[in-house]
Amino acid sequence: MAKTLLEMRNITKTFPGVVALDSVNLDITEGEIHALVGENGAGKSTLMNVLSGIYPFGDYTGDILFDGSVCKFNTIRDSEHKGIVIIHQELALVPYLTIGENMFLGNERGSYFNVNWNETHSKADSLLKMVGLTEPSRTLIKDIGVGKQQLVEIAKALAKNVKLLILDEPTASLNEADSRKLLDLLLDFKKKGMTSIIISHKINEVSYVSDRITIIRDGAVIKTLDKNKDTFTDDDIISGMVGRSLVDRFPKRKPSIGDKTFEVKNWTVYHPQYEGRKVCDNVSMNLRKGEVVGISGLMGAGRTELAMSLFGKSYGVDITGEVYVNGNSVNLNSVQDAINNKIAYVTEDRKGNGLILSTPIAENTTMAKMEKVSKHNIIDKDLEIKVANEYKEKLKTKCTSVLQNTGNLSGGNQQKVLLSKWMFADPDILILDEPTRGIDVGAKYEIYCIINQLVAEGKTVLFISSELPEILGMCDRVYVMNEGKMVAELDIKDATQEVIMSCILQSGKRS
Amino acid sequence: MTHMVELKNTLKKNTMFFALIVVMVLFQVMIVASDKGSLFNPANISNIISQNAYVVILASGMLLCILTGGNIDLSVGSIVCLVGAVAGTLIVNMNVNIYIAMFLSLLVGLAIGAWHGFWIAYVRIPPFIVTLAGMLLWRGVAMIILNGLTISPFPADYLKYFTSFLPGEADSTVIYAVTLSVAFAACALYVVLQILDRIKKIRKGYEAEPLIMMIVRLVLICGAVLLVFWFLAQHKGIPVVLILITIIVLIYSYFTTKTVPGRHLYALGGNEKAAKLSGVNTNRVLFFAYANMGFLSAVAALVGIARFNSAFPAAGTNYELDAIGACFIGGASAYGGTGTVGGAIVGAIFMGVLNNGMSILGIDANWQKAVKGIVLLAAVVFDILSKKRAKSR
Repeated sequence: MAKTLLEMRNITKTFPGVVALDSVNLDITEGEIHALVGENGAGKSTLMNVLSGIYPFGDYTGDILFDGSVCKFNTIRDSEHKGIVIIHQELALVPYLTIGENMFLGNERGSYFNVNWNETHSKADSLLKMVGLTEPSRTLIKDIGVGKQQLVEIAKALAKNVKLLILDEPTASLNEADSRKLLDLLLDFKKKGMTSIIISHKINEVSYVSDRITIIRDGAVIKTLDKNKDTFTDDDIISGMVGRSLVDRFPKRKPSIGDKTFEVKNWTVYHPQYEGRKVCDNVSMNLRKGEVVGISGLMGAGRTELAMSLFGKSYGVDITGEVYVNGNSVNLNSVQDAINNKIAYVTEDRKGNGLILSTPIAENTTMAKMEKVSKHNIIDKDLEIKVANEYKEKLKTKCTSVLQNTGNLSGGNQQKVLLSKWMFADPDILILDEPTRGIDVGAKYEIYCIINQLVAEGKTVLFISSELPEILGMCDRVYVMNEGKMVAELDIKDATQEVIMSCILQSGKRS
Repeated sequence: MTHMVELKNTLKKNTMFFALIVVMVLFQVMIVASDKGSLFNPANISNIISQNAYVVILASGMLLCILTGGNIDLSVGSIVCLVGAVAGTLIVNMNVNIYIAMFLSLLVGLAIGAWHGFWIAYVRIPPFIVTLAGMLLWRGVAMIILNGLTISPFPADYLKYFTSFLPGEADSTVIYAVTLSVAFAACALYVVLQILDRIKKIRKGYEAEPLIMMIVRLVLICGAVLLVFWFLAQHKGIPVVLILITIIVLIYSYFTTKTVPGRHLYALGGNEKAAKLSGVNTNRVLFFAYANMGFLSAVAALVGIARFNSAFPAAGTNYELDAIGACFIGGASAYGGTGTVGGAIVGAIFMGVLNNGMSILGIDANWQKAVKGIVLLAAVVFDILSKKRAKSR
């Protein structure tokens, strides 16, 4: 029997008024990949923060046994010293430093007053090879993609003689191919004897990679599934997470599709920084009333760039092409033009591009169409609160009041506020860019229901997603995009994961 | 239960206001103990108001700049000096009609603000650099205009708009009666407006604050107004400049809380990308904030030359720092997106009381500076720590 590397016994952590963790027990066997799953706010991250010393000893009750000894961590440094390294969901890399400098940040080679850069970079290079990166370690972080940055984080952990690697939502911002690469890397490390804990929302990934799965709900462990004893079925895991079984992950809808509402012809966009690089290359597509149209593609395929360039030329330079709304040619030169033509773009990056976290829900809700709550530029605050409450009810946003700051909400509820904001703007055409990214299963279902409701009201939805099951479950028609080009248009009846992937791969070969 | 939470939130939101009261009481105790008179001497209250009018005016504008993203305007003091020099030249040396001179002076301030706004908003040069350049440039231009000399005295026709008192030369009982009636009228107007607003809210089915909270608020605010006016009534009456700053403060707090462009300021400072993608013309908002700062600097300059009855080369020195300090003491975020005009005004009064109290106590000017520095830091630390605790709770 393999030895137990980590044991957490009766961990209880309370925030004033809330029990975040209620006598949680967790044991991790050496050399396994252990998954922690649960809805947002279930307590996964809190548990990992206790383990890594972000909540210092004494802030919680219970014991942590690591490698046979009781540990009392006061800072992250203490836990890292023991070989516990946590990689957070939001990457902690400095964009204007090189890969090598980032990897040894806080752990510099050489002496305090004399950093040995040669050793730094040669060590970094060899560690990068281990995670399958060929970039030289003197490349700046800002010049590599998110997928590669995630690998750099792992290489950084390796540099610290990691015994237990904790990954918090490592694939949240990766596409399927990059995610698969990352998971295979973890399996590879497992063979070499590394132990890891992975926190994830994506059930297919978790069942692919892990030996055991612990399900947490409302601060307590519900059950632990073992690969050798139990089979991992989606239903088991999901019902454990949400406390009910989800009969259908995608709500049904009867499509009633009308006339063309939106059409793009020969849309070409150039990269704002790299001269001559086409981000969207001669793209044409059309959307119809009451239809959900998906855009599928790998990370970097140009989907977000296409959406943002259409939305008032918010991205790119030297944009050419034609846009038709309800058959009329329009020029969308600013975001205001787009809004006036009843187009909405719900960004993939709700914190960075979508919401103003320092202001209340009510103010975020009305942001894109202030005219509706103001007269002669004077805001009717009472009306604003009233409409914000209406959307709160309609979308079932969980908050104490619409005057609560958006920054204090969970990811799923923030997403609902973002959707309220654009629904409030009365659009006919909604471009939803990764609307379910980083939110839990229950909230995803609610977002799907909202989408169905929107098209039932006769609106048009353009649905951009990296998760193929979601595209297949929700859309009436799918466009496949690769390297800035539209490479296929599929009716949902003909689309499967395999077909979409092969469209992408074949288009890659052609060019 | 909810009342308690609301009360707690109200207290938390107004920590600096209570700190101000504590500081006032503290000074009063020290002043009385050392037998140097009283902070609450009617003449002194009146004095504090006219001494600090410029800080209130500048802080209202500076707050808008800070809201756009923690950006500050360093050129304020130099603009005050330059506009003062222009106004002095026009009024004293060239005998231009006072109204035309005032209008031209305000125009100069607005033009300078627009100049800064252009570089900051449309060319996207960092505000720190643009206004640092402005600070040197406009001080230089002011020196050139003044030729290093002081322009004075200003005609009484001009001074009366900024330094006189209402109701003017009159019997002390008349002054007393008029001042207090104005105070009562203002309070009555305020109460009536609040009640009307409440009735409207309830009739339309909106959420209204608890009645008891409203009453407490009304009593506190009216009490403070009546108290100040009671002091003023015993001196010379209502300083004209108080009316000016009241109007400015009302306009700017209305602008920031109730209007669409005001909301856009908060949006820009809270998250510029999100604001842009919501259709906010962020460049125009940024331009407006700096152009407006230039305009308010000109207003402060007109008040300043009247108060000192001269335009001189060192006028306006460190004014920008007073205004910035007032905003931060008043709870504005150094990262932008949060802060209120009311807070900035509390901050301005806080600094004013500090200056005034220390002067009465006869504390050495050098020590005064050191104390002010420590108080600025302490105030912001206190504010941030209390917010932090509120968050973790």
